[in-house]
Amino acid sequence: MLNWLPEDVSTYGKEVDSLFYLIYYITGVVFLLVTVAMIVFLIKYRYQEGRRAIYTHGSTTLEIIWTVVPAIILILLAFKSQAAWSHIKMNTPPGDVQIRVLAKQFNWDITYPGPDGKFGTEDDLPRPGDPVILDEIHVPVNKVVRVELVGKDVIHSFFLPHLRLKQDVLPGRTILAWFQATKPGRYPLPCAELCGIGHSGMLGSLIVHMPEEYAAWVKEKWPTNEKAQ
Amino acid sequence: MSESRAAKGTHEVHEAHAHLGFVRTYIFSTDHKMIGRQFLFMGLFMLIIGGLMAMLIRWELAFPEKPLPVIGASKEFIDTGEPKTSMDQTWAEWLSKPESEQNWLTKNMPMGAITAPLYNSLFTMHATLMIFFVVMPIMVGGFGNFLIPLTIGARDMAFPTLNMLSFWVGLLSGIIMLASLFVPGGSAAAGWTSYAPLTAKVEYTGVNWGQNLWCISLIVMGISSLMGSINYITTIINMRAPGMTFFRMPLITWSLFITAILLLLALPVLTSALAMLLFDRMLGTHFFLPEGGGEPILWQHLFWFFGHPEVYILVLPAMGVTSEVLSVFSRKPIFGYRGMVFAMTAIAFLSWVVWGHHMFVSGMNPLIGTTFMMTTMVIAVPSAIKTFNWLGTLWGGSIRFTTPMLFGLAFVSNFVIGGLSGIFMASTPVDIFIHDTYYIVAHFHYVVAGIIFAIFAAITYWFPKMFGRMMNETLGKIHAILTFIFFNATFFPMHILGVGGHMRRIFNPLQYEFLHPLQPVNVFISISAFCLGVAQLIFLFNFVWSLFAGKRADRNPWHANTLEWITPSPPPHGNFDKIPTVYRGPYEYSSPEVAEDWLPQDRRLETTTAKGAH
Repeated sequence: MLNWLPEDVSTYGKEVDSLFYLIYYITGVVFLLVTVAMIVFLIKYRYQEGRRAIYTHGSTTLEIIWTVVPAIILILLAFKSQAAWSHIKMNTPPGDVQIRVLAKQFNWDITYPGPDGKFGTEDDLPRPGDPVILDEIHVPVNKVVRVELVGKDVIHSFFLPHLRLKQDVLPGRTILAWFQATKPGRYPLPCAELCGIGHSGMLGSLIVHMPEEYAAWVKEKWPTNEKAQ
Repeated sequence: MSESRAAKGTHEVHEAHAHLGFVRTYIFSTDHKMIGRQFLFMGLFMLIIGGLMAMLIRWELAFPEKPLPVIGASKEFIDTGEPKTSMDQTWAEWLSKPESEQNWLTKNMPMGAITAPLYNSLFTMHATLMIFFVVMPIMVGGFGNFLIPLTIGARDMAFPTLNMLSFWVGLLSGIIMLASLFVPGGSAAAGWTSYAPLTAKVEYTGVNWGQNLWCISLIVMGISSLMGSINYITTIINMRAPGMTFFRMPLITWSLFITAILLLLALPVLTSALAMLLFDRMLGTHFFLPEGGGEPILWQHLFWFFGHPEVYILVLPAMGVTSEVLSVFSRKPIFGYRGMVFAMTAIAFLSWVVWGHHMFVSGMNPLIGTTFMMTTMVIAVPSAIKTFNWLGTLWGGSIRFTTPMLFGLAFVSNFVIGGLSGIFMASTPVDIFIHDTYYIVAHFHYVVAGIIFAIFAAITYWFPKMFGRMMNETLGKIHAILTFIFFNATFFPMHILGVGGHMRRIFNPLQYEFLHPLQPVNVFISISAFCLGVAQLIFLFNFVWSLFAGKRADRNPWHANTLEWITPSPPPHGNFDKIPTVYRGPYEYSSPEVAEDWLPQDRRLETTTAKGAH
């Protein structure tokens, strides 16, 4: 099942995937043990003429063992998960690049802050009054991208499967997310939360550029400013 | 043999009730057994509809936007406009009518191809029907009603009239839900979770009265289950036969008792949330709409605060059924009876503090996510205890592979998969990726759709008591094995889709290039699902045929210990010839005190003589 995971192209994707593998191996072993035990019992203790079932009401020792052992494993798993959770969701690092994504039925509406790094100023892309930019996000490779997620109508979910990022977007709120892509390329950005009749097919792209390619894109968009990020 | 005892007891009780006439006996009955059967039939009817909806969903996912077989138009007709088949002619005729005269099919599936709005309706109504109108009526309404008085040695429920009302109100709610399929704009189409603000404004989905009726139906259903749960709790607390202490109750009765308490506490939360949603939709309030100061995420908190206990409302009775059949057909006491009761109680308490695991990526403060990850990991422990105790019950048994036993074993093995796959989602970082993908669809079908195995176990096990006839064992076993194979062939590959990033609730997976390599998996799942559907015809035939022509059942065909088996099959009005006195727990199988391998709860043993009996 493991090689079905989409290619991981983010810095924290490995943390998510290694937890996935860890749980996969633990649950896989438990599944095998339980299944083998069940099959052995079903064969060994099937009805046979003249044999009577063992009369027992259980064993407190065994019950304590199979209460405590799973409890310890599960709590350790929770602690182990917390590091990655806190890294991905709780401590958003300052971004090298900022973007704002407005989710609406049924598009991602993208805004770049421009060279001043602030939204709502004259150098934003698209500039005030210009047509909106839909469904395409351009970012540089190996840079921390900080995403401001803003909702307009219903709940959408910003999903980058190859970057192991998913975050619901709520109307009336700004939610911060971040990622750092490690490989240039074009990656799908579907909406993962049912958002109406056009939900299926609400799909954008994340385009991760090599540094020089990104610089060229910036130069194209902000031709007058050399310092543009 | 049980016939040797008690058969010629006093009959005054049911004689007094013998002349109620057709309507009071079969329709407006206050007898808990008839009400139980009514709930069972309602649930089975809804199961057929919910199942057919699943078939349509699977058709769409395997062959997106292609016309359905048989009723769909031919490819030539769609491409050229030249009718080829008689169905083509019908479509041409229907579609040529003015819009006001068009029928349901032309509006929802022109040319026989499912449209996106219909697809959203289908998965919404499939889940709604299966949860609220199949599992709840059959397990809680049907077997809860039938079994509670019988297993505790009572003549009926504490409030028989309330009980009758509970069914009729429940039926009304089912009728409202089905009617919502045919109103203009279609039925509810925002998922069974009906997340606001999508549901809070008509223009977001285009569904108007469909969503309103969905809310109203579930509010009415809440009234029905409130009446039921009060009745169950009161009956179990007050009407147990002499000697029937709480710790001598069968685990099915315990599970129904705990379920009733959860129902009593959880359903009002849903009712209030639904009322707020209706106000937002119809009266212009803004509970969930941010433009008026509302909070979209509030709906999710309320819904899942109900919704997670609801999952255990569904699964606890299934665990109870499984405990019964595993013990009876292993001819062994249940392993760790008290441990089983405490595990269910622990699940009931913990079920109130895990709802946030549905909301890890919802925009809720991530720190709260950490708390819910902890509680969710902890709630896996009592489920593990139950599984290991079931295994312990099999160990050293003398196992009879009857139809109910096969279904009980299937429930256990599917529950193991569903339980283990839940741990992935409990881990917050892993959930970031698999949330809202087919992984979760696989997980909850292993747990919730897996309840169907407990339903089949319960029907095949208690059928002789409910209807006085045996079901056919050969057909039963074939049905059990085929259902197990096709169930796993349907739901296991969904894990693979989810791990590949396949979102749930998408109408056409081919719109996403990165999902194209997974499409053969979708096709495989759909074919398995169709086979799963066809295999149910065996059950349908066996059920109906046995109802009229099955072998007559005696009182205790399975040699079971619990009190329902000392009554005639089916039990008369008033149940017991004489209220039994209970001397021991429900699972004294293969006890050294008697020569047979069962020892009914009400059999009095002269301990001195019994010890030397064999």
